[in-house]
Amino acid sequence: MKIVVLVKYVPEPTATWKFAPDLTLDRGAVEGRLSELDEYAVEQAARLQEAGTASEVVFLTVGPAKAVDGLRKALAIGGDSAVHVTDAAMHGSDALATSLVLAKALEKTGFDLVLTGMASTDAEMSVVPSMVADRLGINQATFAGALSVEGGTVSIKRDSEGAVLEVSTALPAIVSITDTNPEARYPAFKAIMASKKKPVTTYSLADLGVDASSVGLAAAAVKVTSVTPTPARTAGTIVPDEGEGGAQLAEFLSSRGFV
Amino acid sequence: MSEVLVLVENTPQGIRKSSLELLTAARRLGSPSAVLCGAADDAAVASLGEYGAATVYVVPGTDGYLSVPAAEAIVDIAGRTNPVAVLVTSGPIGKDVAARVAVRLGAGIVTDATDVRSEGGVVTTSQTVVSGQWVATAQVTSATAVVTVRPNAIAPEAAPATPAVQTVDVAFSAAATGAKITASNPKVSTGRPELTDAAVVVSGGRGVGSEEGFGVIERLADSLGGAVGATRAVTDLHWVSHDLQVGQTGKTVAPSLYVAAGISGAIQHRAGMQSSKTIVAVNKDPKAPIFQVADYGVIGDLHKVLPALIDEIGKRKG
Repeated sequence: MKIVVLVKYVPEPTATWKFAPDLTLDRGAVEGRLSELDEYAVEQAARLQEAGTASEVVFLTVGPAKAVDGLRKALAIGGDSAVHVTDAAMHGSDALATSLVLAKALEKTGFDLVLTGMASTDAEMSVVPSMVADRLGINQATFAGALSVEGGTVSIKRDSEGAVLEVSTALPAIVSITDTNPEARYPAFKAIMASKKKPVTTYSLADLGVDASSVGLAAAAVKVTSVTPTPARTAGTIVPDEGEGGAQLAEFLSSRGFV
Repeated sequence: MSEVLVLVENTPQGIRKSSLELLTAARRLGSPSAVLCGAADDAAVASLGEYGAATVYVVPGTDGYLSVPAAEAIVDIAGRTNPVAVLVTSGPIGKDVAARVAVRLGAGIVTDATDVRSEGGVVTTSQTVVSGQWVATAQVTSATAVVTVRPNAIAPEAAPATPAVQTVDVAFSAAATGAKITASNPKVSTGRPELTDAAVVVSGGRGVGSEEGFGVIERLADSLGGAVGATRAVTDLHWVSHDLQVGQTGKTVAPSLYVAAGISGAIQHRAGMQSSKTIVAVNKDPKAPIFQVADYGVIGDLHKVLPALIDEIGKRKG
């Protein structure tokens, strides 16, 4: 079984993010990293390979030149090789364009199972896995809290309101994985060194047969018209508890009509 | 007037409040049509009509599957009605449905909108981005806009209509029925409101100290008629189940009252709760960032402050 893991290189969540004049996130101004939520998918793929369930694991990303650092991090955790789709025309692409490019790249790499994180930690949309599934006409099992693969079937556990659901589907399929799965290992020095020898193939949009006019900021069907800082909440009343904290809090809640 | 397709959810307790919020938002854009997967009981239709649904499309045959049949039903209906927008509630099902519908219709998609309106005939949205630190306004330029809306962001307002009920039989694709729900393991019911719908949420963080200590969070939630939430640290320690996590990788809540006890207020947690109307914090550490977003804060031991608060609420209730 061949697994392709979709990963994203995102701005460091703890950094101060800026927006460029075209209202896209200024990725050049911030340190980047492999999205923490994608690391769960990378770890799952590595485990499936170690267990002998997966014969080959490939990491796939779409992003600027620096995104290769995210692929190298994934390759230090496991896997055999990586694919980096990079093209200046991708700047400002929305989820529709990103999913189109990922689907084209997946057709090129081939796959039995596609794994992803539950969301990127930058756009936080959680829509790309379903979009890729739709474009490729394959089964999907998203927001998997746990995952198992047996024969040609993938089974997941998914949290829903009032119940934990078990869902099964036949391969080929795409599965997105939540952060209740095992955390990624910390790669050993030896693994980091070995990962530098793993091949990373770079594709342009032309290599994938994607018309540059169907991606990028100009093709996006959503135009961001303004980005402003969230209005700061007005400073509240903070009191030390000198034995009356509970009663004072009750008085406040009562004044707001909650008690 | 153009139709707006609204994916609504029916539960044993009736139509979800978040669905009524969507119908309210839909009326700003056009004529709301509810899309209801499963059986349509009279109470459900009445409730959808009360909030302005002109049409209720009833889609049978979706039971036992997650979200793809619902997406294909919306695409099918959209093919005949050319809606100006498709609205769904943010959440795993909503995200899956919206994603598929956007691809099939070639439609612009906005997720986690906190407001939807029409400006000069263009569907315009507001949403918080970058862990809630920025507000982005966007216009959807495609013929149909696909928007997932956060629960509790838009107040539901009644606007009675008498809906026409239409059953829609959809020929689902192999991919729609390719992933089957093989088991549904019910969670133990707490009798508390659903976290994302609740008007009051009481959350505990690592400062609660232990699984046993978390009881005081639950007692306060019960005395206020609220839901219980927790930080990721607490769910990772298995003091409470993972589905109570509030924050970037858990649920996003926007209740009228949010009580944060023993929560420092890391940005990942604040991302999930800072749209709450009133925020109250109890923490030992006066420097805890949660106090920066609190309307009222008590610096002290939550195991002293909260029991006193519960007693006081009891007295005031008589």
